[in-house]
Amino acid sequence: MSRVSDFQRRMPEASRDLRRPVGLWQRWHIDVPLLLGLLTLTIFGLIVLYSASGEDFHYVQRQSVFMVLAYGVMFTTAQFRTHTMEFWAPWIYGLGVILLVLVLVMGVGAKGAQRWLSLGVIRFQPSEVLKLGMPLILSAYLAHRILPPSFKHVFVALILIGLPALLIMKQPDLGTSILIAASGLFVLFFAGLRWAYIMSAVGIVVASAWPIWMFVLHGYQKQRILTMLNPEADKLGAGWNIIQSKTAIGSGGLYGKGWLNGTQSQLDFLPESHTDFIIAVLAEEFGLVGVLVLLALYAWIIGCGLRIAMNAQNTFGRLLAGSITFTFFVYVFVNIGMVSGLLPVVGVPLPLVSHGGTSIVTLMMGFGILMAISTERRRVGFG
Amino acid sequence: MSRASRQKVQSMTIARWRFALAVLLLAVLMAALLWHVALLQVVPGEDKGFEFLQGQGDARTVRTEIIPAHRGVITDRNGEPLAVSTPVVSLWANPSELKSDAVEVAALAEALGVSEIGLRKKLKRYQGKEFVYLKRNMPPQKAENILANRWAGVYGRTEYQRFYPAGEVTAHIVGFTNIDERGQEGIELAYNDWLMGHSGSKRVLKDLKGRVIKDDGQLKAPEAGKDIHLSIDLRLQYLAYRELKQAVAEHQASSGSLVMLDVKTGEVLAMVNQPSYNPNDRTGIKVSALRNRAITDQFEPGSTMKPLTVLAALESGRYHPHTMIDTSPGYIRVGKKTLLDPVNYGVIDLTKVITKSSQVGISKVALDMEPDVVRNMFFRLGLGQGTGVGFPGEGVGVLPSRSRWTDIERANFAFGYGMSVTALQLAQAYGVVANYGVKKPVSLLRLGGDSKDEVQLDDLGEQVVTRKISHEVVDMLKTVLGPGGTGRKAQIEAYPAAGKTGTVHKVGKEGYVYNRYRSVFAGMAPANDPRVVIVVDIEDPSSGKYHGGEVAAPVFSKVAEGALRLMHVPPEVTAADKEKVATEQRTIQEPLS
Repeated sequence: MSRVSDFQRRMPEASRDLRRPVGLWQRWHIDVPLLLGLLTLTIFGLIVLYSASGEDFHYVQRQSVFMVLAYGVMFTTAQFRTHTMEFWAPWIYGLGVILLVLVLVMGVGAKGAQRWLSLGVIRFQPSEVLKLGMPLILSAYLAHRILPPSFKHVFVALILIGLPALLIMKQPDLGTSILIAASGLFVLFFAGLRWAYIMSAVGIVVASAWPIWMFVLHGYQKQRILTMLNPEADKLGAGWNIIQSKTAIGSGGLYGKGWLNGTQSQLDFLPESHTDFIIAVLAEEFGLVGVLVLLALYAWIIGCGLRIAMNAQNTFGRLLAGSITFTFFVYVFVNIGMVSGLLPVVGVPLPLVSHGGTSIVTLMMGFGILMAISTERRRVGFG
Repeated sequence: MSRASRQKVQSMTIARWRFALAVLLLAVLMAALLWHVALLQVVPGEDKGFEFLQGQGDARTVRTEIIPAHRGVITDRNGEPLAVSTPVVSLWANPSELKSDAVEVAALAEALGVSEIGLRKKLKRYQGKEFVYLKRNMPPQKAENILANRWAGVYGRTEYQRFYPAGEVTAHIVGFTNIDERGQEGIELAYNDWLMGHSGSKRVLKDLKGRVIKDDGQLKAPEAGKDIHLSIDLRLQYLAYRELKQAVAEHQASSGSLVMLDVKTGEVLAMVNQPSYNPNDRTGIKVSALRNRAITDQFEPGSTMKPLTVLAALESGRYHPHTMIDTSPGYIRVGKKTLLDPVNYGVIDLTKVITKSSQVGISKVALDMEPDVVRNMFFRLGLGQGTGVGFPGEGVGVLPSRSRWTDIERANFAFGYGMSVTALQLAQAYGVVANYGVKKPVSLLRLGGDSKDEVQLDDLGEQVVTRKISHEVVDMLKTVLGPGGTGRKAQIEAYPAAGKTGTVHKVGKEGYVYNRYRSVFAGMAPANDPRVVIVVDIEDPSSGKYHGGEVAAPVFSKVAEGALRLMHVPPEVTAADKEKVATEQRTIQEPLS
């Protein structure tokens, strides 16, 4: 390969970069459309949260503090080079797995599950580490393999995915486990996993549905699936959440009942109204229009993510950005699907809107990575 | 190009293709989600559509609460209140909110004035419920003192409680309501719908714990109940009650009634009974005390029927007030029975038969007439039928009608045995005589007021006997109170009066009891133009005196005199006054002679 041909091949992009001076946003590694989308969504989220928390300003204040912190984390993360991330990926992944083992040994429980690790003053959910650690390690691993990945590499990747997923499932936290596994699988998918593998995996999942139901799922997990299929069976018990949230959504109508006027949410009928079920509050008070606005904001953010993935300068960035964006979508989809009765109840918050500190920080760190990928200087061209 | 970079380019294209696929999938899922939500929110459906869910949402929170309507006031004819509704506060608790710690329950029990153990039991029984009364109908101030403690789950709600200012004096007429303000007795029962009004309603929002969050506005304004103006005059009622109570106590009687009617209108001016009860505190009252005996209790009227028999005799044209009747030898055999006069009155005129209340005389008159005449006269005067007063539990009396009358039946009828009347019926019948033959329906409601709500019955009335013979009977009745009459103690100072005594053997388990009586007096005043008719009925006087002229007549005298004064009837000089003046003159003259 000659220098000239190489130069010619890259020239158009390089000359574009040359023509346009490096802007202020570029220098600070900020993707403006993505930032605008995030800001709008988080402000909208705070407004809904104020209502969902029963007009308790304390929650909004706490959430705002976390927001500021999370934006700080995002900006900081955006300054790193993808190369650095790639380097640190195994360490982050390794730390996450160790912490998960620790949780099983000495974790703190809440509501029958052991998911927290108490570090003196703060309590910390190690699965959060894997939410970014998983796409990082897989992207790092696959970026330097020949793609589409060979059987051996797929096998290693599956082990990397399966280990933490099993540990988290053990806590037990099926929802998070599936989401983290999914973030890894997305990387595999974008790396060009052969259709034969995909099809056979789907086949195995379908075939093993019955054994999983019989032997793997816990009683409460089965109950949740049954409840989703027929919430009326136990109106006051397991079906309560879903009936109340469906009622809240449905009673919102086209335009909603108005901010702070949702009876379901304001009068304590809706459980977990400021955390996992916050979309029901939004749907009740702002109606279908509100839901459309929210979904549009999410679509905008996901669109930005996809754009960043498409334009990524290297395979690592592309895989990572794709995985983060799709995982984000899965969060949105699972949460809204769960609250509206389309999916079983798994404890997945509505990203960037539900009350809860750590998940927001993790998510924003993810967006920080996206921004880092998006604004990376075209190093090759100026090598 | 190296193998590695070719690989890279290939992987890029693969990735682009996959991206497109993934984005498509993403869009489909997003659309599915949106469709699902839209389905819930705006697509109408049979039972799972958004209308259903909106209804469900409302069903959880929107409640309709009742706003109690103010019950109408019952007043006497001058507007004096006899039954009024006062706002009170009922305290209730939501046991699921109530703190169950011992100190607080103890404090609550003390504040309510109930036993702690009792309260604890009550709260335990209603555990998991959302409503239990702690104490009903407390004075608002007291309830507010308790509510001021702000105990969680303790609430107050305003209700109305009936209060009866005149208490036992009007208890039998007015009756009373139950704790929910529904009429149970008397006028309160008879006119419940009229008095009750219609409660309003309002929409409220309640939360999961049943607390009212928001008042969503009135749906229907409460419509206050309408007032009732009774015909009774509270002053006359007090007077009658006092005198009757005193007489019943004095003669150790078991019970008594007094009815006073306005002769011109048929309105009841006073109606009292003994024993009575306090409608404001009904703990431990006897059921027998609840009866408005003047309207419900039927008794044999005895000699008070004699003037009415005479009315029939006069109407037949075969008698006039001075027709002579031979009552000697002081007894008469009718069938197997012997009817006795206290002494042999000899040959006396019809007036004297009434004055002396001669059994023999009146029996002879009755037996002399067609069998049905006396009975039909009684019926025309209103006996054996309702008086039109519309009072719950009204007795109509017994006035047998026979195709064949035995002599003793005819004679008994003439002096008021073998039939029964209520005190009110008797008063109505005497009212016809006093009103010179015009029968008026009896009314407990004030007539002829300005308000449209009030009944206009002024021109209702029926001439059932002629004016002339009514006059003649009134004149005869005057002599009963005169010298030699049986009812001298019914005389009134400053007003001439007329009336008839009755002393009736009580009916026991084995027929008439010979030493137990009912003392009756039916009379009217002033005799020259009667304004009031009064019937006094005292049952079973047991302190020695039992004659109607001794027991019932004095009550008539006192009540009638007081009533006429209160009604501003100008006094006249009576026979009694003349006698008195004469005595005084003699006393003055004596020292001179």
